[in-house]
Amino acid sequence: MLTLPPFEYHAPTSVEEAVALLGAHPGAKLIAGGTDILPNMKHRLLSPAHLVGLKAVRGLSDMKEEDGCLRLGAMLTIAELAKSPRVRTLFPSLSRAAEQIAGPQLREMGTLGGNLCLDTRCIYFNQTHFWRKALGFCLKKDGTVCHVVKGGTRCVAAASNDTAPVLMTLGATVRLAGPAGGRELPIGELYVADGVANTVLRPDELVVELRLPVPEGRVLAGFQKLRVRASIDFPLLSVALAAKVEADGRVDWLRLAVTALGARPHSLGGLERFAGRRLDEPLIAELGRLAQKQCHPLGNIDVEPQWRRQMLPVLVRRALAEALTVPA
Amino acid sequence: MRERPAKVVVRLEVNGDRHQLAVEPRTTLLEALRYELGLTGSKQGCDKGDCGACTVLVDGRPVLSCLTLAIEAEGRRITTIEGLAKGGKVHPVQDAFDLSGALQCGFCQPGMMLSAAALLERTPKPTRREIKEALSGNLCRCTGYKQIIDAVELASAQRALPERDERPTTGASREG
Repeated sequence: MLTLPPFEYHAPTSVEEAVALLGAHPGAKLIAGGTDILPNMKHRLLSPAHLVGLKAVRGLSDMKEEDGCLRLGAMLTIAELAKSPRVRTLFPSLSRAAEQIAGPQLREMGTLGGNLCLDTRCIYFNQTHFWRKALGFCLKKDGTVCHVVKGGTRCVAAASNDTAPVLMTLGATVRLAGPAGGRELPIGELYVADGVANTVLRPDELVVELRLPVPEGRVLAGFQKLRVRASIDFPLLSVALAAKVEADGRVDWLRLAVTALGARPHSLGGLERFAGRRLDEPLIAELGRLAQKQCHPLGNIDVEPQWRRQMLPVLVRRALAEALTVPA
Repeated sequence: MRERPAKVVVRLEVNGDRHQLAVEPRTTLLEALRYELGLTGSKQGCDKGDCGACTVLVDGRPVLSCLTLAIEAEGRRITTIEGLAKGGKVHPVQDAFDLSGALQCGFCQPGMMLSAAALLERTPKPTRREIKEALSGNLCRCTGYKQIIDAVELASAQRALPERDERPTTGASREG
């Protein structure tokens, strides 16, 4: 039996009210679906004195096409994303990622905004207080040492959200609400390489909406996830790929993002070299090697980093194969 | 030590009955069901969202009551295993679990049955794959999955029949 620490609960009905509550109660945390923050609170990884619930906030669960973008409200559930015919048609890789997040009940509860703001995960962090105390705690919480990187001074707990790499390859932007009105960022800029707090969200800001530009021309996209149990687990690696292909079969642009490495999803660099090439066997092999060169799985997940590293080119190949089979 | 926040009044609609409870904001729906209302059918397994033993239906959708705040379940229609049978008659899923021997220790069974009942509401004739997917958030540590999946198939067939007497037997279903 794992009890929650005590807190006061607030149920704002508007975004402005939610922002004001966050400002009025320093240290307050947001709760959307609760599937990430509640187990973490039960493990005493955080014990906020105030929780601000988002379920009653109006207008955060909308999905609409506008100005060449699909706009997704932050409180859309993962199940709603996975089941949406519109998302499936326009952004099949996002559909595929959503349907592979956690298990059925957690998808009904968890939200898009919650997945984007998922706390980073590490085998030395996602444990009970008793367990962590026995080990002498760690950089992310209560301690001063890193058990993953010997002598490490920066937390490398893994970004474990499956939607983030997909949204990065699709050129999505995220809209944040805050006391000064709000701001909009490319999704990749939401994250920083610090496992303790891996987003640029300020304490009184919240994610309200995602905007995905509707692809023009032929855009192929695939998603692959490596996990121990295909039915429920967090990723050991998630690989998202998108490529715009011209009528003659040549690549216009290619993007690849990988998560479950360090604190932020990694967007592969140097992919301009593939422009003008065909999505053929040599390209797949080269892309796999490049991914292996740039991505370094760590001991922050309870599975051999070496095996995860070897699986990278395999997942790249599968993601591309999937992209080629989904009608664009 | 931080001062305990005051209790709040929460109105819950569980299995068609309305309840008014005074609980701490940190009370989960599972704790409210088990310890305030005495509905101990929903099981407290891992208590952190891994096992599915605490699955209940909220507005017909299967969710984990161990990760739901009671205060956030206000105004929702909650169905627990105690509310699955209607008018003195067991739910087809319950009947099929019985006929198929789809339980050993029984701990996962309430959650399994609610996930299965929710599946049959939205997909009356599921494939075996769809059944497996729908139950993939419910762990059975006795690993009696085959009979459980058989039971959901049987329940699907039974729901289509008007009378209990005309139900196919487990054996017939397996051969068919």
